[in-house]
Amino acid sequence: MGIILLPLFLGIVTFILKGHEHRIIRRKLLITGALLHNAGVVTLFFVPDFFSFSPYIQVDKIGFLFLILTSFIFTLIAFYSLGYFPLKRLETAAESGGHIFVSCMLFFLAAMTLAISTTHVGILWIAVESTTLASAPLIYYRQSKRSLEAAWKYLLICSVGIAIALLGIFFVAAASKGTGSELSLQSLTKNGMLLNKQLLRMGFILILIGFGTKMGLAPMHNWLPDAHSEAPSPISALLSGALLNCAFLGVLRFYQICESAGLEAFANKLFIFFGLFSLFMAAIFITAQKDYKRLLAYSSIEHMGIIALSIGIGANFAGMLHVVAHSLTKVLLFLAAGNILILYRTKYVSEVNGLLRTSPSTGILFAIGGLAIAGAPPFLPFISEFLVLKHGLLTGHYYAMFLYLLFLGVIFVSMSKTVFRMVYGKKRDLIWGELPKTMFVPLAAAAAAIVMLGIYLPEKVALLIETAGQALKI
Amino acid sequence: MLTTFLVLASSRLAVRIKAVSAQGALLSVLYLTVRGHLFDIHTIALFFITFIVKTVFIPILISRTAKSVQTKAEFEPVMSSPVTLMIGAALIVISFTSIRFFPLVTSHVVSTLTVPAALATVLVGFLILVTKAKATNQVIGFLILENGIFTFGMTIISDFPMMVEFGVLLDLLVGVFIMGIMIYQINKTFDHIDTRTLSVLGDE
Repeated sequence: MGIILLPLFLGIVTFILKGHEHRIIRRKLLITGALLHNAGVVTLFFVPDFFSFSPYIQVDKIGFLFLILTSFIFTLIAFYSLGYFPLKRLETAAESGGHIFVSCMLFFLAAMTLAISTTHVGILWIAVESTTLASAPLIYYRQSKRSLEAAWKYLLICSVGIAIALLGIFFVAAASKGTGSELSLQSLTKNGMLLNKQLLRMGFILILIGFGTKMGLAPMHNWLPDAHSEAPSPISALLSGALLNCAFLGVLRFYQICESAGLEAFANKLFIFFGLFSLFMAAIFITAQKDYKRLLAYSSIEHMGIIALSIGIGANFAGMLHVVAHSLTKVLLFLAAGNILILYRTKYVSEVNGLLRTSPSTGILFAIGGLAIAGAPPFLPFISEFLVLKHGLLTGHYYAMFLYLLFLGVIFVSMSKTVFRMVYGKKRDLIWGELPKTMFVPLAAAAAAIVMLGIYLPEKVALLIETAGQALKI
Repeated sequence: MLTTFLVLASSRLAVRIKAVSAQGALLSVLYLTVRGHLFDIHTIALFFITFIVKTVFIPILISRTAKSVQTKAEFEPVMSSPVTLMIGAALIVISFTSIRFFPLVTSHVVSTLTVPAALATVLVGFLILVTKAKATNQVIGFLILENGIFTFGMTIISDFPMMVEFGVLLDLLVGVFIMGIMIYQINKTFDHIDTRTLSVLGDE
């Protein structure tokens, strides 16, 4: 409870502190919020029931994994923002709404935390909708025509999507009628067998479409490339690394209910279909992509597809591992893309080259991230992708695995080609001089995490992911 | 139901806003009738809050934005009004006939017509969302969609905690508020609020 209210409170405080003279205080508050949130999550690790004041807010095993990830990523991005936005401000003359921006970031954190930690389906819906509302102003930071268009699309498409999810939740509620269960996860899964199957099935489809819109599953992904490419880079990283996970968690909660009602096979089929379709769409658009931030956005769609697929074939551990892998890598990449954007002032792949010589540290970090996300060993995404494949073959999903490999192959080739083109080449002159340290350290931390975890997965971490994967099975 | 049609048919913005507001009022009255027999605090509170949010606040918000962006321009349908009306009618027929396939148990107080009516409202809301090009109209479409979902939810369940229902309404209110701000911004940047011009982003 505390970790939800705290960012909310700080958000309101920053909202009040307008004007230039408060800029430094606002920055400090952002960092404080992030660090305190971290502290809260760590306490939760040692004292599991510390924050459960209300019966509807309880962090379970899956939620805890997502919570750690969100908290960690938010901290990285908060530090990165300290370096990024002052530089960005040199570029766009009209600086306004700094207080709105910081407070929206904190509101966003609060909403995500609520979405992760609640077990009541109604509160889950409210939280996910609030994440949309809190992040729409963030996308609109640049106040240009393009970012306005992206923010409008995002707001409208996601709101409608989530409204459909609400309809789905009502269907699930109707399915539980007469079983005497409350609309919380525990009581729904406990009475799973009593639920009305037909209604639950319809409800699940609606929820998958609704939260799937938010999660960026094709064919409901239209908002995602626009929003990710137009939002400022730290926000893209936050959307991709944390928000998509929250939406996915929303779907997972209902997957658990389906599982308890014995509709596992039905839900799995849907997951496999949407997963493969997302991979397919991503493979097509990644190949022909000229804008590197859009490229990364489509890569998010690809990875959401992989995650859905892995749950669909029952590879829960691999799926959870991939959630972690994707978030860390994508944060690294989007932040590196932010550096590139500031160094080169262009979003076109064709105009970026010689990154390794122009800014060696950005170049190296971007190359690591690019190779990792494309699926090259020995990084963490490779491990999880491989585990998905292994599990799929063992359980006999040959067609799905064939398509999976095909799409991954296409994506690997085109992604790595793009990354190499950007990294190698002649040195360019720097416009702003060398970038400040806060713009490298968070990246380096994320890069270190994916390399380390790729080579050696510590027992503690493995156990955490394993229990989350097992908690998914009822 | 009728109000939804009115939105479809009317071309003037003010009428549309009034229609949505009326729909909100009907919706909040429905809260009272659904529970019918017992007038507890929960029901009364919900009635008042829904009424205030849906019939007073949101329409005021929309009309204020509409005024600030100075659009009286009415003629912009992607599809002509009669055609959308026809499609709307078709959707309603579909939802009334298909309802037999849903094994829904409604409470006895409400007539069996409420569920198909709710479904039809959802579908028509979608239709408005897709066929209207102006940003304000899209918001209205979204609201109608939400109203439909609310009606649906109300007829089949009654055991959401009050906090949750308020939360949903609050979300909706903030959502419309932010949409209003963005419409204002769109108008400022583009000099109009026709979303058809919002198509720079995309893949070739």
